[in-house]
Amino acid sequence: MSRISNVFQKDGRKALIAYITTGYPSMEATLKVAPLLAEAGCDIIELGIPFSDPLADGVTIQNATHQALLNGVTVKKCLEAAGQIRRKVSVPLVFMGYLNPILHYGPEKFCADCAKAGIDGLIIPDLPPGELPALDDSAARHGIDVISFLAPNSSDARIKEVSGKAQGFIYLVSVTGVTGVRKGLSSDLKGFIARVRQATDLPLCIGFGISSAEQAAQAAELADGVIIGSRIIQLMEDGQKSYKKLREFLGEVRHGIGG
Amino acid sequence: MLPDEKGYYGPYGGRFVPETLIPALDELAAAYIGIKDDKQFWSRMEILGHDYSGRPTPLYFAEMLTRHCGGAQIYLKREDLAHTGAHKINNALGQGLLAQKMGKQRIIAETGAGQHGVATAAVCAMLGLKCVVYMGEEDVRRQSLNMFRMKLMGAEVRPVSSGSQTLKDAINEAIRDWVTNVGDSYYLIGSVVGPHPYPLMVRDFQAVIGRETRRQVLEKCSKLPDYIVACVGGGSNAIGIFHPFIGETEVKLIGVEAAGDGINTGRHAASLSRGKPGVLHGALSYLLQDSDGQVMETHSISAGLDYPGVGPEHSYYKDNHRAEYVAVDDLECLDAFQLLCKLEGIMPALESAHAVAHAVKLAGKLDRDKIIVINLSGRGDKDTGIVADALGVTL
Ligand SMILES: Cc1ncc(COP(=O)(O)O)c(C=O)c1O
Repeated sequence: MSRISNVFQKDGRKALIAYITTGYPSMEATLKVAPLLAEAGCDIIELGIPFSDPLADGVTIQNATHQALLNGVTVKKCLEAAGQIRRKVSVPLVFMGYLNPILHYGPEKFCADCAKAGIDGLIIPDLPPGELPALDDSAARHGIDVISFLAPNSSDARIKEVSGKAQGFIYLVSVTGVTGVRKGLSSDLKGFIARVRQATDLPLCIGFGISSAEQAAQAAELADGVIIGSRIIQLMEDGQKSYKKLREFLGEVRHGIGG
Repeated sequence: MLPDEKGYYGPYGGRFVPETLIPALDELAAAYIGIKDDKQFWSRMEILGHDYSGRPTPLYFAEMLTRHCGGAQIYLKREDLAHTGAHKINNALGQGLLAQKMGKQRIIAETGAGQHGVATAAVCAMLGLKCVVYMGEEDVRRQSLNMFRMKLMGAEVRPVSSGSQTLKDAINEAIRDWVTNVGDSYYLIGSVVGPHPYPLMVRDFQAVIGRETRRQVLEKCSKLPDYIVACVGGGSNAIGIFHPFIGETEVKLIGVEAAGDGINTGRHAASLSRGKPGVLHGALSYLLQDSDGQVMETHSISAGLDYPGVGPEHSYYKDNHRAEYVAVDDLECLDAFQLLCKLEGIMPALESAHAVAHAVKLAGKLDRDKIIVINLSGRGDKDTGIVADALGVTL
């Protein structure tokens, strides 16, 4: 049983998954905030690997990853940071990054180094399941889950196909669109989740646009977990000063989706 | 016949996109298969190609340029005479008609030099479709005339201020728009790049250039050309003229990339000459990237070639040596631009001037019975300001 699957074994408890960009606003901040997230009740931490062309991201994460690149963050530094965070927290760590830096690093070496650093899974927004078997093989060899996406416009056939290959949990995109803070949840979310639920018993987590405790609570009622990214990045903008606000926000979310 | 059913040309191509776009690409691929043998669709293409775009474009014997070089005979395939001033109209028309057939009301496009944006704006005006064009701020500055042309034809132009503010960033933004409005919008990409089926579709719509060239050169010279030379940004005008000759290995195919400040300066846009395979904008292909796999900023005097990626089919032809890829720098391009103006009274687009520059170098080394066809992909009116600047002339 992978560390990610274990998260979803606790009876009925909804998972809270938090995204931060590695090296934003600084590497120091990443190393401090990751343990804070775990203490505040996050069950999985996503560490973003910055990329020059983040085409699935809205402005908030675009700006954060751009700043991280200006700070000199590389794939190697992300792996080092993951290793340091792994020594401080026991929750699963997942890398979220675009394909090209991983390809350039070499899929096999990347997965081997991820395993060494204590990374449990990979989320690659521009890699549809099955498009790069070499990466799937390397990930499997090193015990790393490759997380798959589904979107509200995914066909039933596609849902079946992706569910068959999925590992860990399935990342359900709440809306057709890019990452970013949004006001409400999409009204057809319910039907979408029901369609996926019919096809698989895997845990389902909803992300993209969730930015308040109320939205998180609504989403958690429909699924097994919620993923929050852009809102956390916004709360980190002020560096050290914002840690208190971040802790409060996560406390509200944790409360909202059930302790 | 390439690509395979998953959109691969050897190891290159594929569909590396967010999941939200997978249904849209499936829908597009199905629609494209639907029109492949649809006589009505292709007859409409042909009629509009003729009456609207002005096809066939002439094949012109450049006698003065030939004499100047003192070697091979140089012919120009005059895509500069096509409506809106470049080969881009062939693809815009084809995809515009396809979008209309699919019932899409809103068209998204990106543009670098502005030629694809103008062609798309024109087709959308003619077909009554709403048109949104993304254009990098840097390109808005250097191609302001085209920006205005698009607006006159009713397109909404959205300047893009992220990243290097050029073509690459305009494509990022166009894809973000498409992911968001995937239900009612059609992404009309401007070159043989992007996820499958775009490289295939755009090639098929541009192959009219090569088919006409083949017929015209046989008529005029009673033999096939020895060389075909075309500039390569994303690679659509090059693939378009190469495609009908791929099986005829005696015809040498040469793609010319932008060497910017110089191929060894690191400030260029020569993806095939200096890049490594990587994934950008949905396909695996040669890509200019740094030691960490971050996409590099490119440099070229020509906005249309200022792109770090290239179509996957070109990557395949580079590796199997069916085509040769060379690079021409900004100064050589400017010389060729002026040379063609002076000798032939034809002002090429700066993109096309790269092909002219290489052909001029090549022609002098060849015998007089050899034939070179240059794909003159566009006209240079849009570039007069840039050229004046580069030559230190105040207009
Ligand atoms: C006149 C002209 N030629 C060539 C290009 C480069 O594109 P491609 O390589 O797809 O033909 C452009 C692009 O804007 C162009 O405007």
